[in-house]
Amino acid sequence: MTDVLFVAEHRRGDLRDVSYEGISAGRGLADALGGELHVAVISGEVEAFAESLNTPEVDTIHTVDAGEEFDHDTYAAATEALHAALDPTALLLPNSVNGLDYAPAVADSLGLPYATDAVDMAYDDGLTVTREMYGSKVETTVDVAGDQYVVSIRGGEWPAADGAGDAEITSFDFDESSVDDGARVQGFEEVGGGDVDISEAEFLVSIGRGIEEEENLDLIRDLCDATGATLSSSRPIVDNGWLPKNRQVGQSGKQVTPKVYLAIGISGAVQHVAGMKGAETIIAINTDPNAPIFDIADYGIVGDLFDVVPALIEEFN
Amino acid sequence: MKILVTVKEVAAVEDDFEIDGLSIDERYLEYDLNEWDDYAVEAAVQIAENADEEVEVVAATIGPERSEETIRMALAKGADRAVRVWDDAIAEQTLFDVDAKVSVFEQVVADEEPDLVLTGVQAADDAFGATGVALANRVGYQWAAVVNDLDYAAGDETATVRRELEGGVEEITEVDLPAVLSIQTGINEPRYASLRGIRQAQQKEIAPHDLSDLGLDAAAVDGALELTEMYEPESESDATIFEGGAEETAAELADVLREKGVVGE
Repeated sequence: MTDVLFVAEHRRGDLRDVSYEGISAGRGLADALGGELHVAVISGEVEAFAESLNTPEVDTIHTVDAGEEFDHDTYAAATEALHAALDPTALLLPNSVNGLDYAPAVADSLGLPYATDAVDMAYDDGLTVTREMYGSKVETTVDVAGDQYVVSIRGGEWPAADGAGDAEITSFDFDESSVDDGARVQGFEEVGGGDVDISEAEFLVSIGRGIEEEENLDLIRDLCDATGATLSSSRPIVDNGWLPKNRQVGQSGKQVTPKVYLAIGISGAVQHVAGMKGAETIIAINTDPNAPIFDIADYGIVGDLFDVVPALIEEFN
Repeated sequence: MKILVTVKEVAAVEDDFEIDGLSIDERYLEYDLNEWDDYAVEAAVQIAENADEEVEVVAATIGPERSEETIRMALAKGADRAVRVWDDAIAEQTLFDVDAKVSVFEQVVADEEPDLVLTGVQAADDAFGATGVALANRVGYQWAAVVNDLDYAAGDETATVRRELEGGVEEITEVDLPAVLSIQTGINEPRYASLRGIRQAQQKEIAPHDLSDLGLDAAAVDGALELTEMYEPESESDATIFEGGAEETAAELADVLREKGVVGE
């Protein structure tokens, strides 16, 4: 019992990045434990997924042919059955939206300690998980008691595994009649269409909580008019109904890769950064010099947007 | 019918703060109702307001006496009454983990027998993001996590929800009741507590319970996670920071925008 089991994630025919990152996280932990890395892929085109996941880090891949898309009851039942069969020390799952929808149930059913949203892990006679609190303002280490545990891992924190491996690929059957049918996926819908596609913009001016009031958005619109930029925002602005969903940059919004991303009054929460870190040049204006946005910015102004933005508009008028 | 909403008083941290051992010094903390829970309360109250039948909304929290001030916000916004659980054994935990929280809420669900439980997706402080789904599993309810749209009328046997996936995709799912739904921000527009609501909230019951009231002992909340370090993340910034007044820094920023070719002369 020194092995690690990681469950990959896919959606609508594609493996998600966290599937390859989880392999790296799993390999690191398996090496520390002196065990093997097992990867499971559940539902969909499992054979094709297994080929893709067959990287040098993986020892065994378990394919579970059950349904097409994520269904939390199927995932929970299959994962619990795999856990019973393999008895791994660590079960790793993505801390994705779908991970949030089944990992807690699995940990609870197995009766195991559960550490969520890990950004790092270390093993030395026991597992220590690094995670963030208070909106990423502090980092913590947490010791996890017990001989077995469940950890959900944050996407983007480990390098993605790649290359061709020679893992054993094996089909895993479990009792599908045990799967509950109380929550039924009816379909998917793309959201955030609308008149503007911010993912096509070359220059995005993006606004966050720092704007304080809806009326103040006019100031940012003036800046966009003066510079020809396209207006986008972080989540709270859309949650408040101040801008439509198609303007939201982030994990649950659009992924953008403009030439310049000017983040105004945006602190840089991990969910937002996931959507814009691919920008060629990132510029931040924020009053808080410790705001995480400055960690990824190329240029920054520590200052009040209500002073800086009017001065910037003046530069172009 | 009855809707149980789990709510939490969370601490927001000021921009500049100091860490004292394994916690942030109290001077830098400001307490408020967890943002995600605010949306969950609103969702519950809207169901109650639009119902043809009697709907009772009960707020449940795990928190010290101080948190009653925050929980009264949920009452002021329309929850009918509240249950508050606290105990020395809970106070002793360095990190109150998911299993421990669920053990407490499991007993609250057993007492209240709600038809629907709404939770926030996560709490802004410890950010576990797991209580709702783990609770559903424990009490044998159906569930859906990260719900950003809810189509449900009191008395219905199913709820249709949209789950907000990454990358602007929503999953539409039908969930049988009883169920636990974890609510994402943006699902509605949480109301401000009116003065009348705040006055009325003073008359509403916040029933205090300790673990023994719920038939639990200290072992039930003895979590498996122990906080061992807390520190400010090292800044990885290699940004060029423009120094000076607004006009000076704006001019430098304008030069960068011109250099990058995204703004004309």
